[in-house]
Amino acid sequence: MNHSLDPVMTDATDAAVETALADLTATAPAGLRPKVLVEVGLADAYAHIDSPIGPLTVAWNGRGVSEVAAATDGGTFEARHRAATGRESFAMDALPSRLADAIGRRLAGDRRVRIDLDLRGHSPFEQDVWHKALEIPRGEVRPYGWIAAEIGRPRAVRAVGTALGHNPVPLIVPCHRVVRTDGFIGQYSLGGPANKRTILRSEGLDPEGLEAQAAAGIRYVGSDTTNIMCLPTCRHARRTQDVHRVAFRSVKAGIAAGYRPCKVCRPDSGAVLAA
Amino acid sequence: MPGAEFRGLMDTDDRLAADLARDLDRTFDALVLAHQDRLYTIALRMLGDPRDAEEAAQDALVRAYRALATYDQARIRELRVRGWLTTIVLNLCRTRSLRRAGRGAPPVSLDGDAGGQLQPSAPRKEAPAEVAERHAERERWGARLADLPPVYRAAVVLRHVDGMSYPEAAAALGRPEGTVKAQVHRGIALLRTMLEADARHELEEMTA
Repeated sequence: MNHSLDPVMTDATDAAVETALADLTATAPAGLRPKVLVEVGLADAYAHIDSPIGPLTVAWNGRGVSEVAAATDGGTFEARHRAATGRESFAMDALPSRLADAIGRRLAGDRRVRIDLDLRGHSPFEQDVWHKALEIPRGEVRPYGWIAAEIGRPRAVRAVGTALGHNPVPLIVPCHRVVRTDGFIGQYSLGGPANKRTILRSEGLDPEGLEAQAAAGIRYVGSDTTNIMCLPTCRHARRTQDVHRVAFRSVKAGIAAGYRPCKVCRPDSGAVLAA
Repeated sequence: MPGAEFRGLMDTDDRLAADLARDLDRTFDALVLAHQDRLYTIALRMLGDPRDAEEAAQDALVRAYRALATYDQARIRELRVRGWLTTIVLNLCRTRSLRRAGRGAPPVSLDGDAGGQLQPSAPRKEAPAEVAERHAERERWGARLADLPPVYRAAVVLRHVDGMSYPEAAAALGRPEGTVKAQVHRGIALLRTMLEADARHELEEMTA
């Protein structure tokens, strides 16, 4: 059937017009479905960014960032992402510039920049742990027991460690800032403990120095001018001059010496109060 | 021709509405797959520009999802999905046209079939010359549609490009059925006049 009309035939019929109109359907561009599904959060987009520990894959959708992982080939990422979230993911050339900018600023220590997270499908306990980890400033660390106590589950220290190991958005939720209660740096889900040290170093900390201090029994640091004691990496502890610095093995020992816990780093959260 | 397809679509739509009511998140992709081509087509024929059309269709589907997320099951089950989505995309096209007119740009660009993605939805085996001629013909018709006043254009696009019945087109447009019928007939008559003028023009050029 030929829809074009002979130019000599000028008395067109309505039927000819209607036939031509029926042929005006078009196919949606291939990008339409991915864009819609990503926007409503039924699928994710992903792209690569650089970090202190090498290239990372970041996945996001209209609800927020949903995954951060060590960069792999697209097929591997998509299969793992589907297994973890049940959602399809689509490769993009780059992150949206606002998101890339926000992540860059967050990694540089700006906690005011807002990054929405899509943590659907995770337990309320896990989400509590991750939200608490978000409160730890860049360049500081807190023990697992601190998180457990702060979220009102002081005995769930091991579960806190497991939840941090399942953190789908490492670096953005800074689980690398949570360390063992004995002061050792501990495990890390994003490529192992060496990466945890690299990231902490990039944030201005000295992981080996902290471990040596902890091994020597220095778990809490006080100032004899304020009589306040802190966790060693608390910004207030680090401001204390050496001549005024007093070290404690335990919070209980500090309290016995007349020191009160800092209200910013709250060293008494999760502290073993036995001397 | 639209009649037979129409029955099939209604059945599919009823099932789709039932599935959406049961589990929106697991069903929404099926809605996208079933309706993206026709929403894009309607937007393309209303706006004339492929990029505008893609944005309007995307926006319509996102809004549909967000609305469905707030509806209760009974309301979703009773939804005439096809007409409801059509109303959403037509409203977005209207807003876009007004915004574009406000910026002083021409209301409709005439190169609607430019760009590579605009193959017909059911490609047939055709000789290259026939393909090129069919493409050129589609472009000419796209341009003629763009020249119709929007009120006739919407009625004609729903009835004859999308293949809706008059009751369905009337519901989607929010106008009485008689009005839509009159608008379609008026639109077809205008298109026929344009076709005859083009043919006369071509004839004059050939004999000049």
